[in-house]
Amino acid sequence: MSNIKKAFENGKAFIAFITCGDPDLETTASAVRAAAENGADLIELGIPFSDPTAEGPDIQGANLRALDGGITTDKIFAFVKELRRDVKVPMVFMTYANVVFSYGAEKFISTCKNIEIDGLILPDLPFEEKEEFQPLCKQYGVDLISLIAPASENRIAMIAKEAEGFLYIVSSLGVTGTRSEIKTDLAAMVKVVRENTDVPCAIGFGISTPEQAKKMADISDGAIVGSAIIKLLEKYGKEAPKYIGEYVKSMKDAIR
Amino acid sequence: MTNQNGRFGIHGGQYIPETLMNAVIELEEAYNHYKNDPVFNRELTELLNEYAGRPSRLYFAEKMTQDLGGAKIYLKREDLNHTGAHKINNVLGQALLAKKMGKTRLIAETGAGQHGVATATAAALMGMECVVFMGEEDTVRQALNVYRMRLLGAEVIPVKTGTATLKDAVSEAMREWTSRINDTHYCLGSVMGPHPFPTIVRDFQAVISKEIKEQIIEKEGRLPDAVIACVGGGSNAIGSFYHFIGDKDVRLIGCEAAGRGIDTFETAATVNTGRIGIFHGMKSYFCQDEYGQIAPVYSISAGLDYPGVGPEHAYLHDIGRAEYVPVTDDEAVNAFEYLAKTEGIIPAIESAHAVAHAMKIAPTMDKNKIIVITISGRGDKDCAAIARYRGEDIHE
Repeated sequence: MSNIKKAFENGKAFIAFITCGDPDLETTASAVRAAAENGADLIELGIPFSDPTAEGPDIQGANLRALDGGITTDKIFAFVKELRRDVKVPMVFMTYANVVFSYGAEKFISTCKNIEIDGLILPDLPFEEKEEFQPLCKQYGVDLISLIAPASENRIAMIAKEAEGFLYIVSSLGVTGTRSEIKTDLAAMVKVVRENTDVPCAIGFGISTPEQAKKMADISDGAIVGSAIIKLLEKYGKEAPKYIGEYVKSMKDAIR
Repeated sequence: MTNQNGRFGIHGGQYIPETLMNAVIELEEAYNHYKNDPVFNRELTELLNEYAGRPSRLYFAEKMTQDLGGAKIYLKREDLNHTGAHKINNVLGQALLAKKMGKTRLIAETGAGQHGVATATAAALMGMECVVFMGEEDTVRQALNVYRMRLLGAEVIPVKTGTATLKDAVSEAMREWTSRINDTHYCLGSVMGPHPFPTIVRDFQAVISKEIKEQIIEKEGRLPDAVIACVGGGSNAIGSFYHFIGDKDVRLIGCEAAGRGIDTFETAATVNTGRIGIFHGMKSYFCQDEYGQIAPVYSISAGLDYPGVGPEHAYLHDIGRAEYVPVTDDEAVNAFEYLAKTEGIIPAIESAHAVAHAMKIAPTMDKNKIIVITISGRGDKDCAAIARYRGEDIHE
């Protein structure tokens, strides 16, 4: 069984995104622990990329701060290995195709397996290109997470049928970042997903408040939050984990 | 040359967010329909001829030929097109296609500003809204072009992220496109990005080699021995090469911007210094570090200052059909001045990279050999920057 399924066994899932190395790995470790202890069901660990084309200004900033601090894929692998000694919550990597490709896909994906990373989210790897990494992910038991977006329409069924781990539903057009309002008819999208797969689905992009999280979790299996957490890291730096813990608790309480 | 999934050998593909997939599929379907549509082609030919001034001249550079003392040199004068560069060929095609698709708004990235100016021009002509993303550093290097775009009614957005150059402008245009796909066409300026862009842009630029072939046969009764063009993303180069790819005796030479040299970090010579990666929607060669982080590239030329190269060039390199050679800032600036003084033609600093390589190889070739250099654009926009390079501070 995919370890990711466990994230959806405690009621609606709260999924937290944290960029590794922003501002440093010590803070990332505290932030992950704070999120997990306060109810995060799954952690998305971002491996920074120099040119993150699917990200809004907040996560772009986190990527660049982390890279400026000297973060590398190898340092992140060593960090996760250490973190896994006590952190048992399901974890996935979120990064860009070139980070995996350039490292050597097999070396990257087999390392994921060794350090107990459960899945991989690559926003620039659509359904048509997943053969690039899918066979290796299957071989090493790492779920390659698919995304669907408001513009997916006729593509939702096709993507859902082959989904594994969980399905990442992108709430809005555009890039990551907090939004005051989400207008997409997400319930209709979730309906098509349900008709085509038993894999759970969670909604992300634009969610920052407990009210939004509840609304999104009510129509799906969970809510994903990135930019709002990254903003706490940007604002509080090394002190951020405390605030992240409080924030995650408020979000998980809202959707429970 | 393209297979079904938009691959050129192993290169190309569609590595883009799911949000954009239906947009590129819609574009591919529309293009496949209109490329064979007689009305579309008639309208495009009319625009290219009556508005952009095609066909462009193939000019025998007699003084340069005599001075270098080797191969006969012809210049394909894309600099004489309306808006001053080859970029208009592609833009008129894409803008017309976008209009047929019911789009009312064009967005574009630009480096040197030539593609931005061409897009703003087409938008003005066709009554479309236009937004151009330009690296903040490039808005300074190419201030005149920023004004031209605004004059033509476009909004120019300076991009401050990353290295604030062409790659960041592409990223920002892609981000903008994901937020607004219904009424907006992303008018990509080079043979790069996700399929179908490398194919569409190549087809619209292929008019360059189609004309060179006809013109050189008329003037010389035979094909040239070499075709030389500068390569950033590679649109004028692929346009200059395309109809010669099957003619194995014609050497195809792409000139990359080596900046301060390929043995330094201040270079943009992708094929010469990069390795295979996945970025901006395509698999191709990229300047990158060992972890796949895209490198901050450098060239004096804002139009060649890009860390990747179009996937068809990557393929032509792999199969050995085309050669990609590095040309430094110094060599390009010398060629810029040389062509001005020798032929009375001021080339774009981008095109000067191709001129520089021709200056190296022409003297080594027999006098009965023929070289065609594509002058992709005119150099007015570069005069202030070249003056500064030579230590002279002029104000426009």
